[in-house]
Amino acid sequence: MSDKLKLAIARGATCSGCDVEIVDINEKLLEILEIVDIVYAAVIMDTKLKDVEKWDDGYIDITLHHGAIRDSENEHIAKLFRAKSKTLISFGSCSCYGGVPGLANVTDKEGIFREAFSHTASTDNPDYTVPLPEWTDENGHRLTLPKFYDEVMSLDDIVPVDYYLPGCPPLVTQINQALDAIVTGNLPPKGAVLASEKTLCDECKRTKPEKITIKKIYRPHEIELDPEKCFLEQGIICLGPATRAGCDAKCIEANMPCRGCLGPTAAAIDQGGSMLSAITSILAISDKETELSEEDIEKLVAQIKDPLGTFYRFSMPKSLLRRTVKERKEAQHEK
Amino acid sequence: MKNKTKTITIEPITRLEGHGKIEIFLNDEGNVDNAYFQVVELRGFEKFCQGRPVEEMARLTTRLCGVCPWAHHIASSKTLDEVFKVKSPAAARKIRELGYCAHMIHSHLVHIYALGGPDFVVTPSAPPEERNLLGVIGKVGLDVGKTVIKNRYYAQRIQEIIGGKTIHPVFGLPGGISHPITEEQRKEIEKMSSELVEFARYTLNLVVDELILKNKDYVDLITGDVYYHKTYYMGLVDEHDKVNFYDGEVKVIDPDGKEYCRFGERDYLDFIAEHVEPWSYLKFPYLKKIGWKGFIDGKDSGIYRVAPLARLNVADGMATPLAQEAYERMYDILGGRPAHHTLANHWARIIENLYASERMLELATDAEITEKKVRNIPTETPGEGVGICEAPRGTLMHHYWADTEGIVEKVNLIVATGHNNAGMHMSVKRAAEKLIRNWKVDDGILNMVEMAFRAYDPCLACATHSLPGRMPMEINVRGPDGRVERRLTRGVG
Repeated sequence: MSDKLKLAIARGATCSGCDVEIVDINEKLLEILEIVDIVYAAVIMDTKLKDVEKWDDGYIDITLHHGAIRDSENEHIAKLFRAKSKTLISFGSCSCYGGVPGLANVTDKEGIFREAFSHTASTDNPDYTVPLPEWTDENGHRLTLPKFYDEVMSLDDIVPVDYYLPGCPPLVTQINQALDAIVTGNLPPKGAVLASEKTLCDECKRTKPEKITIKKIYRPHEIELDPEKCFLEQGIICLGPATRAGCDAKCIEANMPCRGCLGPTAAAIDQGGSMLSAITSILAISDKETELSEEDIEKLVAQIKDPLGTFYRFSMPKSLLRRTVKERKEAQHEK
Repeated sequence: MKNKTKTITIEPITRLEGHGKIEIFLNDEGNVDNAYFQVVELRGFEKFCQGRPVEEMARLTTRLCGVCPWAHHIASSKTLDEVFKVKSPAAARKIRELGYCAHMIHSHLVHIYALGGPDFVVTPSAPPEERNLLGVIGKVGLDVGKTVIKNRYYAQRIQEIIGGKTIHPVFGLPGGISHPITEEQRKEIEKMSSELVEFARYTLNLVVDELILKNKDYVDLITGDVYYHKTYYMGLVDEHDKVNFYDGEVKVIDPDGKEYCRFGERDYLDFIAEHVEPWSYLKFPYLKKIGWKGFIDGKDSGIYRVAPLARLNVADGMATPLAQEAYERMYDILGGRPAHHTLANHWARIIENLYASERMLELATDAEITEKKVRNIPTETPGEGVGICEAPRGTLMHHYWADTEGIVEKVNLIVATGHNNAGMHMSVKRAAEKLIRNWKVDDGILNMVEMAFRAYDPCLACATHSLPGRMPMEINVRGPDGRVERRLTRGVG
């Protein structure tokens, strides 16, 4: 093999939008291949996990890992690529923070199995057959499936991570910047997030008044959406104040509010908490001169539907909450 | 070579979105006793979407699949129209369809040139290292490769203009979309659409005429019995019974081509049910009135298939002229409709790519497409809704129940690759049975088994059509004690 950098793309519980976004860098991909050898990428080439297992530790220069940790196979892949890689990058918000699949931490394995394999309207399963880690058919043929965990975890819950590249998916511009940093060796100190230090509000082109005070909260489908005005000023929850910049505000450009896919800003550890504090500062309740009664304040706050699924949409497993169902199960995965 | 192999494990299979594997079990004669196509992951959207504001479903369900996020966004937006009992303005429906055509092209092009294509462009028995996009480029030339990248970029760009983001679009709302398109954007879309039509014609000629039909071995492979199952087929049709990706009625034909049933979105539960097996995380949908009869094909089994060939099989044709011409020609050559040759999915996909391009150009020049009114604000109390569209890989069904506040109470999702789960399982088993005889297993057989499900462009979390190359596969030849005696691998980098 040449002396090019060895790059791997590994995946956990993922929608593979990260894979597609890497392909979508188009011509840049051809440029990158001049200086990088892709040694493992389930979607690009034919190297197998068994081959990876044979490599020396540190054989891979850089692994981009996308997807959360949802089952025993995800955990195995995470550990394998950590051992084999000099640098491991958490790629995309599922790997960094749990992402949308991390919302499953509002329930557990039993809750998900009951719904998927019994309660769903089209499922016909009177005996409640469920997928099993091990099963033997009538001819004695043994079949296995990965163990489904109760909890979704981020990559760094399982192994140490060197860099983070959040986004759902990270955009082409972000990927190109990161790849440039990688191939030129211009990486920041370990542990860094390879994205802007600013908040999305800092980058957003919409006009915003000095101070926002809102008396009613709307959902995006309830009112006409002004394409120029700050969403929060319009009374629409937008995660801009609590979200890291770096996405070129593409959703906002399409006239839809931010849902926080780049995760918490550099200054905050808990994206939901940070958004809650932003919201309370603009609701007409924190002013000393507020004329709202206790009851009115309660009504106003109640207009925020599903704060959990909105403020923690992409970061629940990495938040201070982690999960809502029960104590974290320490024993569910190998240590 | 003879030995006493009893278990053949193909793991991991890649180029499947998500994680899948194949287990093949041999009998004492060294023939296939049974084979399993296993989907080994689950994420639980139907559960964790409960409690979310229902209008957010269009932005949550995109994360089911980063390869066909548009299919989920469109199905979800249509479902939301129903949940809020609000009709989207004509311009909004047309813009949704236009963006969706771009997505179909974006998705189909990768499969045609990088995933399914290499087996035909390069040949099924070529050395593994050549059977990928680079091999395709080697065969057809770098200029063609660059043209593929350029045209795929056009599809990407159109999705971005309309959806906000190419992957995980955000523009769909109950009652319409979040923004109109400007005349300037329309012009840009029109120009790119024109080029995409030309490129789709070029692709049809290059792949079908030049590379496949002129090669007797390929024609024999496609029309032979290794990749052949007589099943029911399902797909959306418009009011003239033509293929439609965005809207219409679901039509099902029986293995003889006779219409079996036809239903609107709200009635799908009368016709479809899902079976659970302990060895796969993905359920197995079947025709409810016929019932689950196990993994068998034919008229008495409730198993049906979706995806490009199924769509063309159920429809009476294509709604655009060039695609219609290509459609007629395909059935002339295959000997009429329905075609049961699984590999003909590749051909149908190329015809659909042409239809999507022609339809996109029609929409880009539609007088209504730049109308400013693209939303109707819902006024009714939310409730229940079903939305169905055709994903690149087949029929996609979303069904939500919301409370009066518009909070999700219950969700049901049947995705394209779900509908095809039983079909893929049977196809893999049949290919294995036909190809593995008297203990004979070699590297060439691996690719042939792989081709059995590659035709479906499976999307277990949806990514088959992502990048060049073939599946890495490994076959372990095990002795009676389970020890690996011989390992066949291929394509190691």
